[in-house]
Amino acid sequence: MSFIDFLPAISEIYLIICTLVLLLLGVFGLGHQLKRITSISLTALVGTILLIVLSPPQGSVVIFNGLFTVDNFVVMMKAITVVAALVSLLLTMDQVSNENDPTFFIPWEYPVLLLFSTLGMMVMISANDFMSVYIGLELHSLPLYVMAAIQRENLKSTEAGIKYFILGAVASGLLLYGISLTYGFAGSTNFDALEKLFASQQIISIGTLVGLVFILCGLAFKVAAVPFHMWSPDVYEGTPTTVTSFIASAPKIAAIAVILRIFYGPYHYLAAQWQLIVIVIAVFSMFVGAFGALQQKNIKRLLAYSSVSHIGYALVGIAAANHFGLQAVIIYMTLYVVSALGIFAALLTLRKSGKGITNISEFAGLSKTHPFSAVCMAIFMFSMAGIPPLAGFFGKFYVFMSAVQSSLYFLAVIGVLASVIGAYYYLRIIKIMYFDTTEASLDHMREGTTSKVIMTICGITLLTFFIASDWLLSLSAGAAETLLTSIP
Amino acid sequence: MAITLFHYIALSAIIFTLGIVGIFLNRRNVIVILMCVELILLSVNLNLVTFSTSMSDMTGQVFSMFILTVAAAEAAIGLAIVVVYFRNRGSINIEKIDAMKG
Repeated sequence: MSFIDFLPAISEIYLIICTLVLLLLGVFGLGHQLKRITSISLTALVGTILLIVLSPPQGSVVIFNGLFTVDNFVVMMKAITVVAALVSLLLTMDQVSNENDPTFFIPWEYPVLLLFSTLGMMVMISANDFMSVYIGLELHSLPLYVMAAIQRENLKSTEAGIKYFILGAVASGLLLYGISLTYGFAGSTNFDALEKLFASQQIISIGTLVGLVFILCGLAFKVAAVPFHMWSPDVYEGTPTTVTSFIASAPKIAAIAVILRIFYGPYHYLAAQWQLIVIVIAVFSMFVGAFGALQQKNIKRLLAYSSVSHIGYALVGIAAANHFGLQAVIIYMTLYVVSALGIFAALLTLRKSGKGITNISEFAGLSKTHPFSAVCMAIFMFSMAGIPPLAGFFGKFYVFMSAVQSSLYFLAVIGVLASVIGAYYYLRIIKIMYFDTTEASLDHMREGTTSKVIMTICGITLLTFFIASDWLLSLSAGAAETLLTSIP
Repeated sequence: MAITLFHYIALSAIIFTLGIVGIFLNRRNVIVILMCVELILLSVNLNLVTFSTSMSDMTGQVFSMFILTVAAAEAAIGLAIVVVYFRNRGSINIEKIDAMKG
């Protein structure tokens, strides 16, 4: 093995070196300067993004005895994940400035944990073997559990940490049991070997199918799809908002990327077996997400349910199991992350008597006091509800198109119905912002420039997406192409 | 009676089920949940090692080494979170983990 063999993994190697150096810096001396650690982490992430984007692979490269792969799909998903991590770390920068306020207290370990978690996601996306999937998955979830409980004096934060930890551990247990069955009955954990096997075999042993179901359950936990979504509202509510912005964005992309890699890779040949399961999960996610959000008063719990239903829409594209479905899922998740990060950026710029906003009714009168934030929030809400010409509409449109292409008309109709129900609670927030009045108006914020810039960029992206939609479409087509080279 | 592959798989399935059932039936203590998680991971290890020896393929044994390592890290993080929670709440009774209704 020579130096050249390590080159495809250069971005991971760079990130791990940066993270370890940062950890040492933090332990020896820089410990009380969160701001400096955060800015070094930001530069590390920017370097990682450059390394990912500037060294595109020639076709598909597999290294480390088939454990690790790099192709266009991997490059695209990694780039989106790391950008999402970067943006949510940028959102922390504003919190850093009011370090003395205990409600926004973030210790210096936070950026380091975020980098470790991002590294795990990159390994997970690049995985070409169940072993590297598992290592990447644990490397990304273990720091997340700690990040959820990062405010260790805060009861809600630690409770969120406990709930996240227990359910996450059960999920990885389920996933592992599935992997062990697959290993026993299919004879390998390598995706290439499995693909060869499934392509040649007509009859699949029952053990492999049981293993497949367990693997799907484990991954559904990670993306918070119904019936494995119980952790999500509590974790969203309990964690500090900056951490929530991370939990809601990057890990979902990474987990969806792994699901795509597995189900459009080796298991594509078993589509007839898993399609129905994914359809059921998708339908329940869309409806539980839509109905669950209706009764919520807490904005973060509402966003949790909304993300459950968004994962449901993404699963519609996966259930379609065709070329266009893959492309649609990539686009959908990209747009979802943009709008989710935008909403969290907007939330972070708003304060009511020094505290963050928790209750939806506190948005009342936002259009008078913060007209610009109100416009941005309205854009995010309309986009999430899927109203044209905003980006969210195109995401939903492509996903339902792919379902129709696979003759899943029933699924497409259900999806549209669910998004109509979902539109109600998005529009309710807009109604509160523009038409409700209140005496206790929100604070006037001078700080929070970064959050405002991010909010603006996300808003403009969603608003003007229809002009540049061809660009994202061709990018995702290129990514989908490499994943599906072997599929007819 | 010889011990066959089937016995190993059945034993592992039983341990796995015990772990899962233990998590959902247990209403008292978070530590018990951590023990159940360990049971689940050990049943997976048993599965992997069994398959590995029966197929004479090393992958399974390497995999179980990774699982052992990660399980240790997971237990450490889990216990740390439980300790932090105990300091805030004064109890690790599962029925009292209800500051947020899910």
